[in-house]
Amino acid sequence: MTLLELRGVTVSFDGFLALNDLNLQLAPGELRAVIGPNGAGKTTFLDVITGKVRPTKGDVFFRGRSLVGQSEHRISRLGIGRKFQTPRVYQNLTPRRNLELAVRGPHGPAALLFGSLSSEQRDRVQHLLGVVGLEVHANQPAGGLSHGQKQWLEIAMLVAQDPELLLVDEPVAGLTDEETARTSELLRQLAGDHTVLVIEHDMEFIRDLQAPVTVLHEGHVLCEGSMDQVQNDPRVIEVYLGRDIQEDEA
Amino acid sequence: MADLLASRQLRRWLPWVLIVVAALVLPALLPPFRLNLLGRFLSLGIVALGIDLIWGYTGMLSLGQGIFFALGGYALGMYLQLDSLEPGQLPEFFSLYGVKSLPAFWQPFNSPLFTLFAIWVIPALVAGGLGYLVFRNRIKGVYFSILTQAALLVFFNFFNGQQKLINGTNGLKTDTAVIFGQLVGSDGMQRALFWITVLLAIGAFLLCRWLTRGRFGDALIAIRDDEPRLRFTGYNPTAYKTVVFAVAGALAGISGALYTVQSGIISPQYMAVPFSIEMVIWVAVGGRGTLIGAVLGAVLINYAKSLVSEALPETWLFIQGGLFLLVVTALPDGLVGWWRSGGPASLLALVAPPPKLATYPELDLNPEVKAEQQQLEGPAGGDQS
Repeated sequence: MTLLELRGVTVSFDGFLALNDLNLQLAPGELRAVIGPNGAGKTTFLDVITGKVRPTKGDVFFRGRSLVGQSEHRISRLGIGRKFQTPRVYQNLTPRRNLELAVRGPHGPAALLFGSLSSEQRDRVQHLLGVVGLEVHANQPAGGLSHGQKQWLEIAMLVAQDPELLLVDEPVAGLTDEETARTSELLRQLAGDHTVLVIEHDMEFIRDLQAPVTVLHEGHVLCEGSMDQVQNDPRVIEVYLGRDIQEDEA
Repeated sequence: MADLLASRQLRRWLPWVLIVVAALVLPALLPPFRLNLLGRFLSLGIVALGIDLIWGYTGMLSLGQGIFFALGGYALGMYLQLDSLEPGQLPEFFSLYGVKSLPAFWQPFNSPLFTLFAIWVIPALVAGGLGYLVFRNRIKGVYFSILTQAALLVFFNFFNGQQKLINGTNGLKTDTAVIFGQLVGSDGMQRALFWITVLLAIGAFLLCRWLTRGRFGDALIAIRDDEPRLRFTGYNPTAYKTVVFAVAGALAGISGALYTVQSGIISPQYMAVPFSIEMVIWVAVGGRGTLIGAVLGAVLINYAKSLVSEALPETWLFIQGGLFLLVVTALPDGLVGWWRSGGPASLLALVAPPPKLATYPELDLNPEVKAEQQQLEGPAGGDQS
């Protein structure tokens, strides 16, 4: 049983192939890291899953249902949450209100106008504020938070959505070592109950995750395996260090 | 004085105190003509509230609110035309164009109950329908503004050209209509209309506050600040934008109806392009994103306009343009935003002796630091400086 499957996905931007016949499967509860050099198509890959970009060819299945052609909010309601590369929190709202918007529940205008948060949802928001250490800042506009706090707030918003599949784009960019370690711990805790896919450049962080690694290159899966396997794969070394250098040396 | 102005409580409550005092005192003091002007401008405050909802909170700059404003005005104008007639008679202007029987769409306006709903339901439906089509296609930003202005021009030209349907350019007069045995233009009637306007303005304000206070309002702000992000959280912004645009349309309709009966005529001029742009200026000057700012902006600018125009007829447009430039460059949050962020105190600080500092200026005077201090120490803690 796979939770998410990409079958032969190709995305062409005016002839430039951002993704080229990409195949990938994720099992429920899995924690997976995706790495790749700049321009490998990592972000486009998330755009395709979340409905922002429509694949030119191929199909994306979530729990056996095709996601192609569905709007972003429907895909999100199916249980796919996304954290963006740069922290995107609502700057003019407080962290508490950011979380209250994200928390799982009905998302229609009528529900927001006439309904109020259940005590369960309220507790969840309070709990998450504690988890990411933002209780003190809960009632000040999120625009005033530090970069790391915003990263964490966004991760908390993702968790508040309670999606089955979490797509996490560069969660530790700009974080201190300590914050990075805590983030990795948090993501490992989430895996199991949730399926987590992490895109990251920070190799130490990926190693810390102890998760299987998929390497993307030019829109294609180059190889899969554990961090050690991947790091010793000659193709990966070639992609990261460049062919020219090796030829020069040879 | 600086301390007093810096107090948060005062900053919050002083505008309200002034408004309540004004509402109680002005009707007794002002001559009927001035009171009538105030009533008109207050009714313009209602359309400004709608613009604040869609622009200040949701980030959609509509340059076409005149459509909905005039639709509300026409609904009431048509009713008043019919109401003062003997059975079988037609409104006078129809005979000029050789129209022998009442056009079908006039018929429902014989009913006061229908009219009472038509004033806000028709503009809301038009706004909702138009909005849905635009928002579903993800048209936003400057394209949305251009589209609303184009729609405004379409309506303007249509109403101008339809002599046989709604008297074209000449519009419909309401002053000479009789309702409850009184002329609409009479002093007593106008005084009653003033109070109705006050009540409806308060109602509209409370409605907008209810809309913007809770999570619905948060969702609007989220749409304004980062709409794609909200989509990925499982929200459908189209639904929210349609609802809020329809509400703004309804408010514009009510505003237009009140304005019409207090100025005595409804004509396609209410759909002129400059008028709809002026509406946006009222909100910008008053303070977008603050409801009270929208109302104050509408009332103050229009009152200033009528006073200046009486004294120096040629200069008003320059003053209005200058005011807009001043707000755009120096007071991006408008007058109310400036007031709330401690503007008067900092202006005073420029001329007054410097305040006594306990630590460093950056710590003692920085508004952000002050706000954080207040947060941490509770409401009483912040004003020690």
